[in-house]
Amino acid sequence: MTPPRLELSGIRKQYPAVLANDDVHLRVLPGQIHAVLGENGAGKSTLMKIIYGAVQPDAGSMQWNGQAVQVKSPAAARQLGISMVYQHFSLFETLTVAENVWLGLERSIKLAQVAARIGEVAHAYGLEVDARRPVHTLSVGEKQRVEIVRALLTDPQLLILDEPTSVLTPQAVEKLFVTLRRLAEGGTSILYISHKLDEIRALCHHCTVLRGGRVTGEVDPTRESNASLSRLMIGAEPAALRARADTQGAEVLVVKGLSLPRQDPFGVDLVDIGFAVRAGEIVGIAGVSGNGQQELMAALSGEDPRAPVGSVMLQGRDVGRQRPARRRRAGLHFVPEERLGRGAVPTLSLAQNTLLTRTGSLGIGGWIAPRRLRSLAVKLIERFQVKSGGPDAAARSLSGGNLQKFIVGREIDARPRLLIVAQPTWGVDVGAAALIRGELLALRDAGCALLVVSEELDELFELSDRLLVIAKGRISPSVPVAEATVERIGEWMSGLFPGGTAPTPPLPEPAERAHA
Amino acid sequence: MLRLEPRPQPSRALSLLSPLLALAVTVAVGVLLFALLGKDPLRALQMFFVEPVKSLYALSELSVKATPLVLIALGLALCFRANVWNIGAEGQFVLGAIAAGWVALQAGPEPAWLGRGIVIAILVAGVLGGMLWAAIVALLRERFNANEILVSLMLVYVAILLLSYLVYGPWKDPKGYNFPQTIVFDAVTKLPRLAPRLRANVGSLIALLCVAATWVFMFRLYRGFALQVGGLAPLAARYAGFSAGGALWTSLLISGGLAGLAGAIETIGPLGQLTPHVPVGYGFAAIIVAFVGRLHPVGIVFSAVLMSMFYIGGELAQSRMGLPKALTGVFQGLLLFALLACDTLIHYRVRFGADRFAR
Repeated sequence: MTPPRLELSGIRKQYPAVLANDDVHLRVLPGQIHAVLGENGAGKSTLMKIIYGAVQPDAGSMQWNGQAVQVKSPAAARQLGISMVYQHFSLFETLTVAENVWLGLERSIKLAQVAARIGEVAHAYGLEVDARRPVHTLSVGEKQRVEIVRALLTDPQLLILDEPTSVLTPQAVEKLFVTLRRLAEGGTSILYISHKLDEIRALCHHCTVLRGGRVTGEVDPTRESNASLSRLMIGAEPAALRARADTQGAEVLVVKGLSLPRQDPFGVDLVDIGFAVRAGEIVGIAGVSGNGQQELMAALSGEDPRAPVGSVMLQGRDVGRQRPARRRRAGLHFVPEERLGRGAVPTLSLAQNTLLTRTGSLGIGGWIAPRRLRSLAVKLIERFQVKSGGPDAAARSLSGGNLQKFIVGREIDARPRLLIVAQPTWGVDVGAAALIRGELLALRDAGCALLVVSEELDELFELSDRLLVIAKGRISPSVPVAEATVERIGEWMSGLFPGGTAPTPPLPEPAERAHA
Repeated sequence: MLRLEPRPQPSRALSLLSPLLALAVTVAVGVLLFALLGKDPLRALQMFFVEPVKSLYALSELSVKATPLVLIALGLALCFRANVWNIGAEGQFVLGAIAAGWVALQAGPEPAWLGRGIVIAILVAGVLGGMLWAAIVALLRERFNANEILVSLMLVYVAILLLSYLVYGPWKDPKGYNFPQTIVFDAVTKLPRLAPRLRANVGSLIALLCVAATWVFMFRLYRGFALQVGGLAPLAARYAGFSAGGALWTSLLISGGLAGLAGAIETIGPLGQLTPHVPVGYGFAAIIVAFVGRLHPVGIVFSAVLMSMFYIGGELAQSRMGLPKALTGVFQGLLLFALLACDTLIHYRVRFGADRFAR
């Protein structure tokens, strides 16, 4: 019998505040696509860093093809045949694909050889990459392919992928899966880190579930349901969302002809954005990040008050040039995607953080009454089940999910006419995500208009009544969620919608690829 | 082996203890220094820590030194909390002194209708002078994004040269034997003293009022809150809709005004005339005062008193023990160094030996 490719036993890693891994066992067979499933903070990243040699465990042993090994550094891991593709790319934008790959290799190899090898590997695994193109001209999916090709050039026996689909359109995800299956058939083991249940069930042969740093399950994902997997992952099933109401009111937000040149050189120009949000409905905006979401949010929230006259109307009033505080008084509230440092000041207490958007408790001349601040914070903590050290706890002492509950709660509690939420459950554990989504639906049922921007399509399909797609600073026509399909939205995400821009045509096929 | 390990939560106890620890380290290094210089360390320490508080007279002198430090440091604390790095308080102090001096020179022995009210006019002039100098910094920063650290520092030298020009030129006392100084201001412009024969004056009371006012502004007023959010998390300030320009102007005007007030108090208090020696470094020492006082109004009072003891102790050590005057600066610098080092302990704990879990 061949020994397992990788076997970890009794892995333990203690950080000052948390026990990240506790007695973790993991067994990966040759040619196996092995999922590691867990919520944010379950210890997945720490475990991968241990395998890749970036972090040393406090206890436990590691066997590689039956031999006991100690991986002291990522370089040592690569020597063994372990490659890792991180969630965030590490590519130089101004260099070409081949140059980027070349950087990580020995100096003795010629650039032309590298380009040829890239062509071979790309062809063998169906990863279309043109070695001569500068990286900045590539789409996100193409950049990820470059990262994978770079990892494959070393002929790894184990490939680690950390949340690889978070930046991909559904079509690109399908393509990635084809490649990964082909790799596994060739005998490469794959460790696939994710919290997306559907993907794991579609792709992986085996699944190890982590919760709170410990292994809580070893299952065959193809035989599990989403519900049973999520039970293993969070210890409970997420609460089912209530049926949607279909009462729809007057138009609360009307955006018309909103064009804005970028402020930041790396930003996106908004081009002729137009849509409306009615009272009692949730409109979702889908799109791959970096397609103008940030810029649109800034123009709507008032952080960027340069909108053309008449392009942003709130209940018939032109608010496009008003500051955030004035828009808030008119009933427009906003939850930004960054919690720490934007939605809340990390070092200030929860009570003080209510002051960012809630000024109702202020006395004459802007007098701050600490008692009233604290009572507002206590009310939010109770109503939205925020686990914290009380109203005086610093915002940064809360977990991501609890802080998000607090921030979303702070805005919901203000009884807005229009609530704009960016990434409502980004990096939030499943329990908190369910609570937040439930609260958003309840707010809609109470007659508020909601605009939700998210990169998670599942979430948008679950929450929204109508969907829009933003691509390259343009917005698609709206489609009722009942008529939308993942395929269609996926196509729109690459700009293929009426009035959108098609993606830039790929360069002609390089001649050498034909021979490879 | 000594190792630093991050704490899960910053330690509250140590954030209060750290200034005391820093003082202890400063004293220890001081003792070593005196011993190396061949002086009696105990006697030297006495100069710094006993003599300045020994008598009512000594305390009065202490208050004269501490008053400008408190006033300037209050304004700086506000700036630093707003992430505006005004390090040119010395220049704003000098401009305050010049403006105050100009009004005092106009007064004459019997000011037309103001009477003793001229003192208030002089103090207001000082505030406006300091504000004007700080406003230049704010304007250049807002219009041209000019770095406020450089601009405010450079303006210190402009202010000092302006003062020199005035006292060497147009404002020179014609009967002053060509010394670079203005006439001694008329008695009516003098800041009232707290007791006869003591130099302590109402300036100290004004400073304490400003301490209370700054505390209220920082911790009880929405404007003060908005200012500090801008310093702590600029994106959160943008999200909340607090204007960055507003924070820049508010903090610089308040800080310039307070430094100018300190300059005016110094001019019509202990000095009584303008000379090229008006700037003695209060504006720079106040930076240390502000940080040692934890950018907190009450903490600033304590640290200003401590710094004043160093000033007076340094002079005494020079006159009575023949130690160099530079010692004052050495002590002040040591204290800030030690404080910054001790602050590490707020976020980290020291561990001895190797990693607990290492194999």
